[in-house]
Amino acid sequence: MSISQPFRLVGGGRIDRRRRVDFRFNGLRFEGYRGDTLASALLANGVRTVGRSIKYHRPRGFVGSGAEEPNGIFTVRHTGVEGSTIPHAPGTVVELVEGLEAHAVNGWPSLRFDFAGGLQWLGGMLSAGFYYKTFMWPRAAWHWYEWAIRRMAGNGRAPDGPDPDRYDKRNAFCDVLVVGGGPAGLAASLAAARAGARVILADDQPELGGSLLGARRQLGGKPAFAWVANCAAALADEPEVTVLSRTTAFGFYDHGFVAALERCTDHLPPPRRRGPRERVWRIRARRVVLAAGATERPLVFENNDRPGIMLAGAAAAYVNRYGVAPGRRAVVFTNNDSAWRAALDLVEAKIEVAAIVDVRPEPGGALAARAEAAGIPVLAGHAVVDTQGRNALRRVRAARLDGSGARNLDCDLLAVSGGWNPNLHLHAQSGGRPRFDETRGCFLPGPPVQAETGAGACRGTFRLDACVREGAQAGREAALAAGFRDVGVISAPSTDEEGTTDPDPAWAVHSRRPRPRRAFVDFQNDATAADLALAVREGFESIEHIKRYTLLGFGTDQGKTGNVNGMALAAGALGRSPAQVGTTTFRPPYTPVTFGAAAGLATGELHDPLRVTPMHEWHEAQGAVFEPVGQWLRPWYFPKPGEEMRAAVARECLAAREGVGLFDASTLGKIDLQGPDAAVFLDRIYTNDWSSLAIGRCRYGLMLGEDGMVMDDGVTARLGEHHYLMTTTTGGAAHVLGWLERWRQTEWPELRVRFTSVTDQWATIGVAGPRSRDLVASLCEEIDLGPESFRFMEFREGVFAGVPCRIFRISFTGELSFEINVPADYGRYAWDRIVERTEEFSITPYGTETMHVLRAEKGFIVVGQETDGSVTPVDLGMEWILSKKKDFIGRRSLARSDCRRPDRRRLVGLAAADPNEVLPEGAQLVDEPFTFLPVPMVGYVTSSYWSPNLGRSIALALVAGGRDRSRVFAALEDGRFVPVDVVSPVFLDPRGERQRG
Amino acid sequence: MLLIECPWCGPRDESEFSYGGEAHIVRPPEPDRLTDEEWADYLFMRKNPRGRHLEQWCHAHGCRQWFNAERDTVTSEIVRIYRVE
Repeated sequence: MSISQPFRLVGGGRIDRRRRVDFRFNGLRFEGYRGDTLASALLANGVRTVGRSIKYHRPRGFVGSGAEEPNGIFTVRHTGVEGSTIPHAPGTVVELVEGLEAHAVNGWPSLRFDFAGGLQWLGGMLSAGFYYKTFMWPRAAWHWYEWAIRRMAGNGRAPDGPDPDRYDKRNAFCDVLVVGGGPAGLAASLAAARAGARVILADDQPELGGSLLGARRQLGGKPAFAWVANCAAALADEPEVTVLSRTTAFGFYDHGFVAALERCTDHLPPPRRRGPRERVWRIRARRVVLAAGATERPLVFENNDRPGIMLAGAAAAYVNRYGVAPGRRAVVFTNNDSAWRAALDLVEAKIEVAAIVDVRPEPGGALAARAEAAGIPVLAGHAVVDTQGRNALRRVRAARLDGSGARNLDCDLLAVSGGWNPNLHLHAQSGGRPRFDETRGCFLPGPPVQAETGAGACRGTFRLDACVREGAQAGREAALAAGFRDVGVISAPSTDEEGTTDPDPAWAVHSRRPRPRRAFVDFQNDATAADLALAVREGFESIEHIKRYTLLGFGTDQGKTGNVNGMALAAGALGRSPAQVGTTTFRPPYTPVTFGAAAGLATGELHDPLRVTPMHEWHEAQGAVFEPVGQWLRPWYFPKPGEEMRAAVARECLAAREGVGLFDASTLGKIDLQGPDAAVFLDRIYTNDWSSLAIGRCRYGLMLGEDGMVMDDGVTARLGEHHYLMTTTTGGAAHVLGWLERWRQTEWPELRVRFTSVTDQWATIGVAGPRSRDLVASLCEEIDLGPESFRFMEFREGVFAGVPCRIFRISFTGELSFEINVPADYGRYAWDRIVERTEEFSITPYGTETMHVLRAEKGFIVVGQETDGSVTPVDLGMEWILSKKKDFIGRRSLARSDCRRPDRRRLVGLAAADPNEVLPEGAQLVDEPFTFLPVPMVGYVTSSYWSPNLGRSIALALVAGGRDRSRVFAALEDGRFVPVDVVSPVFLDPRGERQRG
Repeated sequence: MLLIECPWCGPRDESEFSYGGEAHIVRPPEPDRLTDEEWADYLFMRKNPRGRHLEQWCHAHGCRQWFNAERDTVTSEIVRIYRVE
């Protein structure tokens, strides 16, 4: 026994004693071995208090040895690794590596002397639901209480910076997925593999064996581990078997979809880490065999939470798997036989067992003789009623169930077993409904809902040889059901099994004190038996409500040790059976999943595709400021060096109306429609008439939802007899394509028309302004651009700067304007040819902000800005676009009474009385300022800009009754009410002479 | 995540599809002949059954084709998939 690890046993365990590992806990240096967990290494060093409880700040030690651990939670870092922090890791699953630094997540200033430890004497203030009852007065002080409570109740600290680690996802398919690499899972995997099935075995431990890793058992007359090694070797030889170690299946979703988290590098020293830290496996399995094992549950008695009180199976696991003595002198307290085996394991490891305290009058079965032979005193029909020890366990008090014969037993380890709970999480997530089994005193899986079978302890089969048999049978049947051959009955080795794990249903030791001490049910949330009783007294009946009131099962451990006890205690208080009360809902994930793993590679630049136009690099080189529009990145404005946004936009706005404005419109959605019924289809989809549109002409169209509300708009050109090109808003392109497809496929399959997205195939260059015709003419000789030969709302095909082009004479600015479409690969080339003429034609590139100002000066709407899904064309003053000669999507809805209310909000222009006042977009409009509350809102500002061309502010708004009002007030955030005149939304060139020029 | 058998592409993850709600709602051929109530019924009212439901799906990130499915809303079992005729 080395000095540095005083509780390390001389031999035994699956640790590598030649590989010492240095680590730190709360700043102090310790030493462990390769193969240790953080928990086993701390216990080997005699560290028993590893945290303070969340509410009462009571000292706590390890309760379990695996994923069920409620108490021993740490923030874990590694020396010399920046930024990589695991904020909330159970020490029982953290594999020890060189340089590991662990900190207890609670306890201030130190674990031995926690400043808030006195809180436990404030009992009444912190009972179930305390946050609804106490700290309520004075009301204004809640923020202070909250600060103090959060500080004291803090769990792990979230890391400050971005996560430096990489995470991955992988899709996988298999015939049979086996969850759990214990005796049942190994047998199932082998049976399925031998039938020829493609098998994935997911196991959360570093090595296969499951419960056998922590137990001293025999199979077929040999140590069970020899059988495990044989199975592992046989699986390694199977070409269609994938064994995923350190992989926790955490969610069972629909149609055989199971998600599993693989921990790839945490067990390696940082310098040896390669590849992603964690990987989420998204497994689609034809059949699933759940061999997830069982979790031991504690017993509920007064002061059952002192460091040194742990599950009997965990105590045995520390001895058998890690070669660690969890104490020097133990008492075992149980209601079933499994803890007797743990007691024998302790004795075998030369740990004194002061007594086995068993609530059953005649306990132990066949194991009783072995206990007697080992010289273990037995207190039958007894219970542990209380414990002592300030920072760790020193003594327990045992008494008969009637309270008589009380005696003290000195010990530093109390190994407790209240029976075993099958791990039903995945079964329940898949849709199964667990049922309570009175004989076995636990919930068992119900009938499977998906293609799923349980095997072994997770379906309540606890005998080792039965687990192996059941696993083999489940594997055989799963492969058969997945269409593979029948391998027949597989013989399973027999075992040394003695005794039974069926517990005496002793859910809690009833206190005989007038004022009982706390008996904890959920250690991580400090939920006590008294809290559950209180919740029932206060009228809660549903276990889901009791859970939320007492916080039972709300921790990061999700109540793996405490839930079933809590449900049974609640049932007792309600005078019902656990079967009647049932379980709370099992939700994924089974164990916590990091956000990093959930995100995988989809972070930062890879979070969402970024779309840029062919001219993007030019914009960047010009110093453009960009704005995201959907997935697109568009130039917002092009500031000159030192130029503010307002000045830049003003310069761009003036240039577009005086010289030539150059605009990248490539992001507009473009859909190619072809087929003899294209015109009929357009007639139904758009509100206006399309059959009359001549080849070579364009028309503006408005699309409504069937509810009559404006959905999208854009210009569509007729390219040929049966060929149209539709443009959509930048953000609406995908939705519109889906919309067209849906109507065509599901409602009008007889229409011969097809759609193709060509947004990415064409670059669109807009040139606007009085000199734009001269500019285009200088680069496009073969098209006659004369005002009479190429008129407004027409299009031409030809060659532009040597490149094939489609030129549309349309205008979103109100100016003489051309949109030049060239194949995307020529976009930058054509753009550059225009830019070369900057001097000659005084060309100014402009961005989306200027586009918005220019169109607002003309009163053109932007779908999504002037509309929000509740605005009709009539509201926008666009009755002119509603055909009366045909039906179209949404037409009937416009006749609904609500769409005809005279007081509907209508589009208007706003001119603030102070022309320098630019109203904030979204500002509310009222009739009267400073009136009584509530002030009726009559509308709101949808668009608002400084108009350099008009030398004043302008705005568009939706106002009840429209221009029936002549003046409203805009309510500003600073408390002012600004008088505003209601005017026409067309501020500039109302007759449209400029764009037709 | 559902496994949906696209009639054209075969079984794919649900994430490739978009959902279209109740199937077999026919657009009235002459909307003007409907009362406001009848039109509102076509427009807004949808079944929300516990059990078998006929619904529309679109292989949005695949072949872009719409099709119908009969799905059990309790068990998520897809009983059958059939094309829009």
